[in-house]
Amino acid sequence: MKAWLRWLILALFAIYFFGPLLSMLDFSTKKNGGGRTGAAWKALVTDEQVRHAIVQSLLLCVATVVLMLVLLVPTMVWVRLRLPRLRRLIEFLCLLPLTIPALVIVVGINGVYAWVNYFFGYSPLVLTFAYVVLVLPYSYRALDASLSSIDVTTLAEAARSLGAGWFTVIVRVVAPNLGAGILSAAFISVALVLGEFTFASLLNYQTLPVVIDLFGKSDSHVSVAASLGTIVFASLLLLLLSFAGRRSRGPKGV
Amino acid sequence: MSTSGKGPVGVEFVDLHRHFGTVRGLDGLSLAIEPGELVCLLGPSGCGKTTALRIVAGLDHPTSGEVLVGGKDVTGVPTNKRDMGMVFQAYSLFPHLSAADNVAFGLKLRGLGARERRKRAYEMLELVGLSVHADRYPHQLSGGQQQRVALARALAFQPSVLLLDEPLSALDAKVRVQLRDEIRRVQLEVGTTTLFVTHDQEEALAISDRVGVMNAGRLEQLAAPAELYSSPASQFVAEFVGLTNRVPAQARDGRAIVLGDQEVPALAGSVAGDGLALIRPEAIAVEPDEQGTATVTQLSFRGPITQVHCELGGSELLVQMASAEAQQLTLGGRVRLVIAPAPVLVVPA
Ligand SMILES: Nc1ncnc2c1ncn2[C@@H]1O[C@H](COP(=O)(O)OP(=O)(O)OP(=O)(O)O)[C@@H](O)[C@H]1O
Ligand SMILES: [Mg+2]
Repeated sequence: MKAWLRWLILALFAIYFFGPLLSMLDFSTKKNGGGRTGAAWKALVTDEQVRHAIVQSLLLCVATVVLMLVLLVPTMVWVRLRLPRLRRLIEFLCLLPLTIPALVIVVGINGVYAWVNYFFGYSPLVLTFAYVVLVLPYSYRALDASLSSIDVTTLAEAARSLGAGWFTVIVRVVAPNLGAGILSAAFISVALVLGEFTFASLLNYQTLPVVIDLFGKSDSHVSVAASLGTIVFASLLLLLLSFAGRRSRGPKGV
Repeated sequence: MSTSGKGPVGVEFVDLHRHFGTVRGLDGLSLAIEPGELVCLLGPSGCGKTTALRIVAGLDHPTSGEVLVGGKDVTGVPTNKRDMGMVFQAYSLFPHLSAADNVAFGLKLRGLGARERRKRAYEMLELVGLSVHADRYPHQLSGGQQQRVALARALAFQPSVLLLDEPLSALDAKVRVQLRDEIRRVQLEVGTTTLFVTHDQEEALAISDRVGVMNAGRLEQLAAPAELYSSPASQFVAEFVGLTNRVPAQARDGRAIVLGDQEVPALAGSVAGDGLALIRPEAIAVEPDEQGTATVTQLSFRGPITQVHCELGGSELLVQMASAEAQQLTLGGRVRLVIAPAPVLVVPA
């Protein structure tokens, strides 16, 4: 390929990707009468409603990732080692949410959430339960790929012969070798949770995307600033995680 | 270094059966390993060697029969309570731990303090000649080095039994020979009762106190390597271990007549009457003789020895002799075959 053609394609892609982002930056810093202002960005931390939504969404990310890992990692390892016949079934169950539109699920679990709120109190954090289901297909894929890349059976048998019980096998032998899979499962969950609108909106919880939408109607500068913030945050996280993923073979003490 | 306090224990298989659906992985395997002994299970692919080893380790369970360790039935004891070190065919080091930490893993589980663990791990790595690589990770070690670390790891916690399932089969020929001798040296040094599974007869004969030859889920013969070779108990053993010629023979009263007029002792288990004598290639001497009834059809030089193919009465015989002696033979030349008076097994024709 000719060099100028390569550069042209690269430039087109750059415009396609960064154009909207730059426009968002431009719009979010524009003063209504003309000139520049950081007011919209400042509002992200000063506005009580926006700040609260940001904190809730970040907590939701953490809670979803933790619950997803705690449920999925031991289950998948166990199925692989002890119940290989159930593997197809588990895969099917984990991929199921992908085939059902979010709207349908929301309508279905609306009634359930009355009970959830009754037991856990009214906080956006209860969305964790729904979000774990939502991220299941993606995290399953990520974890499954990394489980397939190591010889789980042999590692587990070696550990067992050395005297390890099943808990030790999963926590101290298998999980540390799933580094890459756990990271990508975590990242994709964070990205999904930060962008999830349907559940939160219809179940009436004030997460960041819901608040962004709200502000889109009143103060669109703040709403665009929050959107751009989310995108930048998620991208940074991606960079950070892929960097950490490459170094996940660091030394550990005896 | 010796297995502190405990002393070596014996292992016994009592009529083990393991059925996978209609497949009989083990079909009545009985075998006793003496304390401190190294026994190799040798046999063709699919004869049940791995199955037997996994049952000893508690990774698989017999359909019927039992495994006794030190006289006690361990059939119901889970793997992690069996106190058996294991080395696998596949590389099995924990990728996230350094060589030293891998070796120390079993010690940590047994509650040894950090300093004690480190010291012991280094001692074990020293034993397998790898203490300089203690801080390397598995992906920084060669296959042979990884298997050495695996051996050190399996022995570090002073198990009562050491189990090895074809630990050398992923390595290239030269490393394989080195490492098998090393395994034997280490085993003699620590004195742990050891069960070694392999399908490589040379490996089995080289390192074992005794070799158990298996076929179709059963034990054919358990004997010291030399005895296995010179006095096979069955046709299967004779043909699986080493090379053999089948020579028409008449057997009677513990003697066998072969090649017309030559008489050799017949092993117990031989048939009476007409049959085939199983004769080792090195038990036949070839002498140049214009009046001889055999012809040299092929000479292949193998360094110290030469393989000679002879044709006799329409059948082909394989002979192995010192290369120095083989020099007097010529391709197509007439020769006389003389059978050494070593006992042979005569099987039905
Ligand atoms: N999990 C299993 N399910 C079904 N059949 C099995 C299973 N494990 C082993 N077998 C069968 O049992 C028999 C013995 O198998 P085993 O693995 O013990 O053989 P092996 O002597 O170790 O062979 P190799 O030298 O190829 O490793 C084989 O016929 C095999 O197909
Ligand atoms: Mg095998």
